[in-house]
Amino acid sequence: MSEITPSQTVGPFFAYGLAPKGRCQWDPNGSYSWKETVGDNLITPDATGQKIRIEGRVIDGDGKPINDAMIEIWQADSQGRYAHARGEQPRPNAKFTGFGRSATDKDGVYSFDTVKPGAVAGPNGARQAPHIVVCIFSRGMLRQIYTRLYFSDEAANASDQILALVSGDRRSTLIAHKEMRGALPVYRFDIRVQGDNETVFFDI
Amino acid sequence: MSLIYPKESLSAYPAHLSPGYRSTVKRSPSKPLMIVPHTLSELTGPAFGHDAVQDGDADLTKQHKGEPLGERIIVHGHVFDEDKRPIPDTLVEIWQANACGRYVHNVDQHPAPLDPNFTGAGRTITDKKGYYKFITVKPGAYPWGNHHNAWRPNHIHFSVFGQSFLTRLVTQMYFPGDYLFPYDPIFNSVPDEKARARMISSFDLENTIPDWALCFRFDIVLRGREQTPLDTDKH
Ligand SMILES: [Fe+3]
Repeated sequence: MSEITPSQTVGPFFAYGLAPKGRCQWDPNGSYSWKETVGDNLITPDATGQKIRIEGRVIDGDGKPINDAMIEIWQADSQGRYAHARGEQPRPNAKFTGFGRSATDKDGVYSFDTVKPGAVAGPNGARQAPHIVVCIFSRGMLRQIYTRLYFSDEAANASDQILALVSGDRRSTLIAHKEMRGALPVYRFDIRVQGDNETVFFDI
Repeated sequence: MSLIYPKESLSAYPAHLSPGYRSTVKRSPSKPLMIVPHTLSELTGPAFGHDAVQDGDADLTKQHKGEPLGERIIVHGHVFDEDKRPIPDTLVEIWQANACGRYVHNVDQHPAPLDPNFTGAGRTITDKKGYYKFITVKPGAYPWGNHHNAWRPNHIHFSVFGQSFLTRLVTQMYFPGDYLFPYDPIFNSVPDEKARARMISSFDLENTIPDWALCFRFDIVLRGREQTPLDTDKH
């Protein structure tokens, strides 16, 4: 029998502690300043690779935006390496953490500025298509849900072993669609928590 | 060395859909979650240096000009994995209502006073033994709109990382003997009584500081067991 501490909801009031900057509304006068630990801009001065922006909405089972969700992302650097303590090695991108956090605004919108990850090692010696692990917390969620963001312009998606496990009619829910905003690639990734077009979530 | 993360461990967790907590009805996945192997992407996770926190972040009673009102308390404990190995250098973040049961978040409309000397946010990094410690005030109970006469038991929200993106845990710490436990659908969303008990801190007389502050101990156990090296270590 497992002895782990159970999960509980992040609740509606996490933002002033976990995501106080940017689009969070709790502090109109700035009298309760609290520096963020982790923000929605992952780009460090030493980050190599293609700078990108990720934007999307979080939507509930009624199609309504979830305005009190927290999205966390975990990704490799542009060379496909995770900044994990156990795998530390000298390299470019030493300051790139690969971890970001964004609270949704009143329209349920979250966003990240980051760099496109490289392909990382996968099962059986194969490489995985570039992707980002996405973790969603919210009021009304007693535990987090995990999904993955893949990029619409990656040929490697066709041979990705995780994507291959997802039925064809639902695979599109994991693909972020590229549009250009000036010179900046913006990948659109909406997360539908429940319903007909429900995003594929992973039991990991 | 890699860790493995048995999924059976998650049997301690609440179901995604727990209708007693009304907001879960439209915010829980309705399709089965996909079972996929744990790859390097799941087995790794963010690392935090001690520069992630500033001096004083763990003392919620010293963040403003004066001291907050309420009962001063110490909350401390260890972060472990399932085999009771300590988790060092991991980020622990907390947030909570003030002594009157009011959050500073402007969505909180509970007509109880804000305390100009209390924000209610704190963070720290565990030491080499997985130990953490906060100084704060005991949060008040507060009403919420889930059902008629709904009140949350006193609680402190906790966010912990651990050694991979899979060990990530957001939970709530409760206080021993709370009379609101039987009525709270969030606390009771955890099906097993023993598992619920693991969210309740224990009164720690030994570490209570005479004439100054009561102490509560809250140990946190994350997913994961140490195992023989896996193939992923080559990468
Ligand atoms: Fe709360």
